[in-house]
Amino acid sequence: MSNRKLNLKDKYRLLTRDLEWEYSYRDYEEIFKQESFEGIKITDWSKWEDPFRLTMDSYWKYQAEKEKKLYAIFDAFAQNNGQQNVTDARYVNAIKLFLTGVSPLEYQAYNGFAHVGRQFGGVGARVACQMQSLDELRHVQTQIHAMSHYNKHFDGFQEFPHMHDRVWYLSVPKSFFDDARSAGPFEFMVAIGFSFEYVLTNLLFVPFMSGAAYNGDMATVTFGFSAQSDEARHMTLGLEIIKFMLEQHEDNVPIVQRWINKWLWRGYRVLTLVAMMMDYMLPNKVMSWQESFEVYFEEAATSLFKDLARYGIEMPAYAATAIEEKEHLSHQAWSIFYNYGHAAAFHTWMPTDQEMDWLSEKYPNTFDKYYRPRYEKWREMEEAGERYYNPTLPMLCQTCQIPMGFTDMENPTLTSYRQSEYDGERYNFCSDGCKDIFDHEPEKYVQSWLPVHQIYQGNCGGAEMEDVLGEYYRINLGVDNLDFHGSPDEERWNAWHNLQPAEDKLKEAS
Amino acid sequence: MPENVFIALQNTPEAQPIIEAIVADNDNAVVNESPGMVKIDCPKRLVLRRETVEEKLGQEFNLQDIHLTLISLSGNIDEDEDEFVLHWDF
Ligand SMILES: [Fe+2]
Ligand SMILES: [Fe+2]
Ligand SMILES: [Zn+2]
Repeated sequence: MSNRKLNLKDKYRLLTRDLEWEYSYRDYEEIFKQESFEGIKITDWSKWEDPFRLTMDSYWKYQAEKEKKLYAIFDAFAQNNGQQNVTDARYVNAIKLFLTGVSPLEYQAYNGFAHVGRQFGGVGARVACQMQSLDELRHVQTQIHAMSHYNKHFDGFQEFPHMHDRVWYLSVPKSFFDDARSAGPFEFMVAIGFSFEYVLTNLLFVPFMSGAAYNGDMATVTFGFSAQSDEARHMTLGLEIIKFMLEQHEDNVPIVQRWINKWLWRGYRVLTLVAMMMDYMLPNKVMSWQESFEVYFEEAATSLFKDLARYGIEMPAYAATAIEEKEHLSHQAWSIFYNYGHAAAFHTWMPTDQEMDWLSEKYPNTFDKYYRPRYEKWREMEEAGERYYNPTLPMLCQTCQIPMGFTDMENPTLTSYRQSEYDGERYNFCSDGCKDIFDHEPEKYVQSWLPVHQIYQGNCGGAEMEDVLGEYYRINLGVDNLDFHGSPDEERWNAWHNLQPAEDKLKEAS
Repeated sequence: MPENVFIALQNTPEAQPIIEAIVADNDNAVVNESPGMVKIDCPKRLVLRRETVEEKLGQEFNLQDIHLTLISLSGNIDEDEDEFVLHWDF
């Protein structure tokens, strides 16, 4: 045995290629059953380029070090009552949305990568997927640990996995991942590895974590950046799988292009929740959704797709629509949630004067024209003791499952509405992107579990609002939901800081 | 502008020598600081060299230690013991 010190490439080759063996008594197709049915042609797995070459020993070493740092900060946060030092209690609603909407996706990613990590004939891809699967499990665990501290002091955290499976707006992220996991292994990699991790993840994590930093929430900053440090590997895997498919066979190009179009649109629609979080839920603002979209999508994706052009890949379809929507998205989303604030497991509110001015400044073309008048009306109603809650149930898009609240960019006061017919039934969509996705695979999307349809069919606990929201969703009514003003969260916060609610001050003065 | 690659690092003391090394080795690097995070943009190609980090740090450095502070990146990656490169090929 030689004592030669191995370089990174050799070490990684020994971990991957050298662990592979010849299949002598079973057919390849039998072992890797899912490798060919999607139409992707792989001729030579040995051409796979490993993304980061992290061997198992370094992997455990780094992950252990990250965990050590992370838990030290969690402990310090708890000991110092860090929950009292965030900017204000409204902020906490952003992380309620994160725990119920995003953390369960980490668990789905863990499942998904464990599954595809078995399906590929190439051992390099298998190892990378399995490592990512471990990372994702770590992410969901550390997030739950971080938030368990908030759960002791604020409402709305206690039933997050139950809610993720049932609540209307959480079906948006849930169905996105269900959709990806029920696709074939290559499509899953384009959906999650490439579209979500490589292209869109920056729009999710960076604003959330900088938002936490701006709002005094060190626990969230730390779990976020700790998770994100694994993300760089995931992004690289996503990019590698795309390049690999495109280099293997020219017949793969149109299939990959269609998946890119589909999954970037699906992923972008999920990020609607992040858009409203950034513009409305952070008391101290980082940057607007529009600004972050410009940096992390428009700028980054333009170079990426220029780079992929040599394979014949083009800018994703509907990117233009997403770009047009950037001045509207967050306002339309927050309006939906304000409307249905009684049916959400977090609090909603109208922006303060100062916040409205910030929105006018950041969105000079749209805010004052389309959204401020609506908000001023709602605020007036609230001041008159008639806080507006929409008593009806919204129509949902069959593909993205978001209420039909987006408007046409040619005429932003008109609801954007598309329709398809399949097998004698009518289906509704929020956009061309969502309609085209359905039209290509109607057999899949007619099966969508649409929360509103399910309520009307009697599958969600009963006919009364209380049955659905209280029993079936397990929202603690009058506590987790409704406006922030008048909530137990607000009351506790005021008690910690010896603040008086505005109404009491008025009463005292008169 | 749309031809930048970027690297984002946690704004921690451990990241400082890495940031300094990137600035020293990439003439066109632009550093953007925000709470908790430093994002460095550079047109087309950005290199992180082990030797430069070691100079700044005054001790040996394993390039894979960037995994402890890395937040995000863009571009294609080439990685060996001495250099970590992000690049676009168009
Ligand atoms: Fe993750
Ligand atoms: Fe990930
Ligand atoms: Zn839709």
